[in-house]
Amino acid sequence: MKTENGEWKVGTTKKQLKEIDAVTIRFAGDSGDGMQLTGDQFTDTSALMGNDIATFPDFPAEIRAPAGTLPGVSSFQIQFSEHEIFTAGDSPNVLVTMNPAALKVNLADLVKGGTVVVNTDSFTEENLKKAGWKSNPLQDGTLKDYAVLEIPISTLNANALKGSPIKPTDADRCKNFFALGLMFWMYDRKLEFTVKWIEEKFAKKPELLQANATALKAGYNYGDISETIQARYVIRKARLAPGTYRKITGNEAIALGIVTAAHLTGKQVLYGSYPITPASSILHELALRKNFGIKTFQAEDEIAACGSALGAAFGGHIGITATSGPGLCLKSEMINLAVMAELPLVIIDVQRGGPSTGLPTKTEQGDLLQAMFGRNSDSPVPVIAASTPSNCYDFMIEAIRIAVTYMTPVFFLSDGYLASAAEPWSLPDVSKLPKIQIQHPQSSDGPFLPYVRNEQTLARPWAVPGTPGLEHRLGGLEKADRTGGVSYDPANHHKMVTLRREKVNRVADGIPPLEILGPKKGKLLVLGWGSTYGPIHAAVTELQKQGKQVSACHLHYMNPFPKNLSEILKSFNTILIPENNMGQLLLLIRGAFEGIHAVGFHLVTGQPFKIREIKEKIEELL
Amino acid sequence: MTGPQEIPSPLPYTKEDFVSGQDVRWCPGCGDYAILSVMQRTLAQFRIPRENHVFISGIGCSSRFPYYMNTYGFHTIHGRAPTIASGLKCVRPELTVWVITGDGDGLSIGGNHLIHAMRRNIDLKIILVNNQIYGLTKGQYSPTSEIGKVTKSSPAGSIDYPINPLCVAIAAEATFIARTVDLDPRHMGMVLQRACEHKGVSFVEIYQNCIIFNKDTFQPVAGRESREDRILYLEHGKPLIFGKKRDQGIRLNGPNPEVVNLADAKDSKEILVHKEDDPLPNYAYLLTQMEYPQMPVPFGIFRCIQKPTYDQMLDDQIKAEIKKKGPGKLDDLLHAGSVWQIEEQETMS
Repeated sequence: MKTENGEWKVGTTKKQLKEIDAVTIRFAGDSGDGMQLTGDQFTDTSALMGNDIATFPDFPAEIRAPAGTLPGVSSFQIQFSEHEIFTAGDSPNVLVTMNPAALKVNLADLVKGGTVVVNTDSFTEENLKKAGWKSNPLQDGTLKDYAVLEIPISTLNANALKGSPIKPTDADRCKNFFALGLMFWMYDRKLEFTVKWIEEKFAKKPELLQANATALKAGYNYGDISETIQARYVIRKARLAPGTYRKITGNEAIALGIVTAAHLTGKQVLYGSYPITPASSILHELALRKNFGIKTFQAEDEIAACGSALGAAFGGHIGITATSGPGLCLKSEMINLAVMAELPLVIIDVQRGGPSTGLPTKTEQGDLLQAMFGRNSDSPVPVIAASTPSNCYDFMIEAIRIAVTYMTPVFFLSDGYLASAAEPWSLPDVSKLPKIQIQHPQSSDGPFLPYVRNEQTLARPWAVPGTPGLEHRLGGLEKADRTGGVSYDPANHHKMVTLRREKVNRVADGIPPLEILGPKKGKLLVLGWGSTYGPIHAAVTELQKQGKQVSACHLHYMNPFPKNLSEILKSFNTILIPENNMGQLLLLIRGAFEGIHAVGFHLVTGQPFKIREIKEKIEELL
Repeated sequence: MTGPQEIPSPLPYTKEDFVSGQDVRWCPGCGDYAILSVMQRTLAQFRIPRENHVFISGIGCSSRFPYYMNTYGFHTIHGRAPTIASGLKCVRPELTVWVITGDGDGLSIGGNHLIHAMRRNIDLKIILVNNQIYGLTKGQYSPTSEIGKVTKSSPAGSIDYPINPLCVAIAAEATFIARTVDLDPRHMGMVLQRACEHKGVSFVEIYQNCIIFNKDTFQPVAGRESREDRILYLEHGKPLIFGKKRDQGIRLNGPNPEVVNLADAKDSKEILVHKEDDPLPNYAYLLTQMEYPQMPVPFGIFRCIQKPTYDQMLDDQIKAEIKKKGPGKLDDLLHAGSVWQIEEQETMS
């Protein structure tokens, strides 16, 4: 309902506002209830209101599992705060559940004493049975430890939309906006950002525009007038570093990093990909960037995706392929061809639970050793791993820099959590980003030698088809040193294997030293990589504030390691390595550094670590 | 005979310009020598700059081909050459990209890629050297070997039905489809020239003699003595007539082709006339079903039609997007959607 001057009119509460510094909310419902959208809207608004935010979308692999069942439950967790945060929160303070199944799946995670909002309309006998409740949890004392807000969301939503020309089923689908409106009221959020979103989304469907906006406002007003709800909270703007910010997920950051690298190299990008969860959204994003010279190639399979990228690299442009674990298995042979041909190629692996098809929508760090060693023979490849949604941008550019500088395939590891988790991102000044210099030889004194190396980087020249006089043949057969001809010579093979390894080792010459959070030596160092950064950083920081002697380091360069890693590891009695796998970095560290006392901490639930879990492990070792 | 990039005449190339220094290591008497030689001679007839030719191959005897061509080349991995060639053509459409494959490489391990390269009509020139045997692995039956074939891996005779490469090409709607043989350099030269000229995917099957593991398998069809009686040379607009005396033709009997003595034909109009530019694939498919010994085997251009190519459409989409949105501005892209400012003083609070 708009007032005459076009403003959206909402109730003004007389209920008291209480100031808190952070809160974690989880929205949970059926896959078809629009929980991801609801969470996204809450996130956008909180980000635009200046809070720090971190999100954790968690959804099933099935597009629409049967309604009301446990496998169909989709959830979205957001923590927002007035200080810097590193995770989406260990446990929600507030759980919004749209049906009994969502309550069943998520209740155990809610903090004791937390608030649970239930849509009472959905607590029918049939739905209770589908969700496996033996009795109604609203009546049997199941929720006695929590503050329960029993709200007939479906009915209230339907009442609010009485008179709307849309069908009742469509009206019912607006109920997530009712719930969102209620949460907006409880946490003193502005409605304007979501209203604007609704106006743009439904610009061509005015009746749906009106219905969704009405549902949102009705939820908000319900909070204002309802007797059941008394508590209302304020979370002030966060004290973040000055700058221009936007919200970003890991996969969005990867796509933007690729577009930026195209700009910094002055090259076309060919992004060859085969649809796979959770990497596909990178393809979708890049397919929109044709006017930036980005070419996407949806290949017939994972192998062809990798092959097309390698073909583009042979042609002198940037070849990138992306996948998740099962797809990476298929690309192995092609990556080894890139190793032998010494062509730049970037392989993005958005890791998910495995082995085999595993857990398509759940996170894991199980592919580190596959990236390191999953190819025949001695086949070294640099491996880079991002640790936050926003630094996927920086490390994507870095992976491309390394690939073209050293003429090598490079792995970029992300995971299912980083892919869809969102956080604020301080936008870079692109005019200040260093250009990535690429030189293609144009002529040769005498016969062209494609395997003569740059003394510093050991990279071979990137001569491209179309250059007169430099015609040469590459291939998967062993290359003769310097000439690049086919060679079965024993001494040559040993030399080339050694050279390829040395070349990858030299990547370490161009990477920054590893930094330590906390004391430079001591009893315990927590060493992490990838998306465990958030919980490790938060846990170590909290314990340091309590005066505990613990330090942390986070690796982004998995191969080669930063040069100062050895010295750092030797400065601590014990190295704790938390990983969402069964000890893959642990194995690498033990293999690379003698005399180190390293212990692993493994979690493979498909969920990221909680801060609490890391803290408990650290305290156990102190 | 023009290529995508013109260089001034007089044309400087000779066959020798396309000969690389590498020693050729096929078995003496291998049919690949003839194919290599004809390819080198054919390219010398074009105005396409030598450095714009790229030969990409997979694995197998014939896939050593790029090493012997003094052009750009890439000897890749088993069955995957079309994928690498496709990626290259997407970013460098001005290049003339050849794929050299074999019956095992292209139709067994790489069958998927071959199909998809053809259905996309990406402008690649695919040469499938078919010797109906695995040579480099020393003599196992291949996907084109005849049923019952006795090899090291099929001592009791192969129980695999063979695949017909040209049927695959037609099913994938390749826009240029042809067959030739190593024993007939003149015919092969004509076919390769047409393949090179075609804009879009070209698929050429070359019957090739593996002198070690499948000697003379095509001799009954393509041998000098018998070829005129057993090969039907296809010529656009000409009736399907064959035989030493040019006295036999092909006509339809119901939906199927049959051989008829011209003397017995009621009407010369009964004899089918070759039409390589038929947009429908039915007629070309019918030709692929003509197999020795029941029928003469068609050689030549089965199909040659025009259709927009993948690489062209990809470039067109890029141009259209740039026209519509303007060249991408990175800073605008990063700032797209909702952004907010955090000021210096706010961080002090």
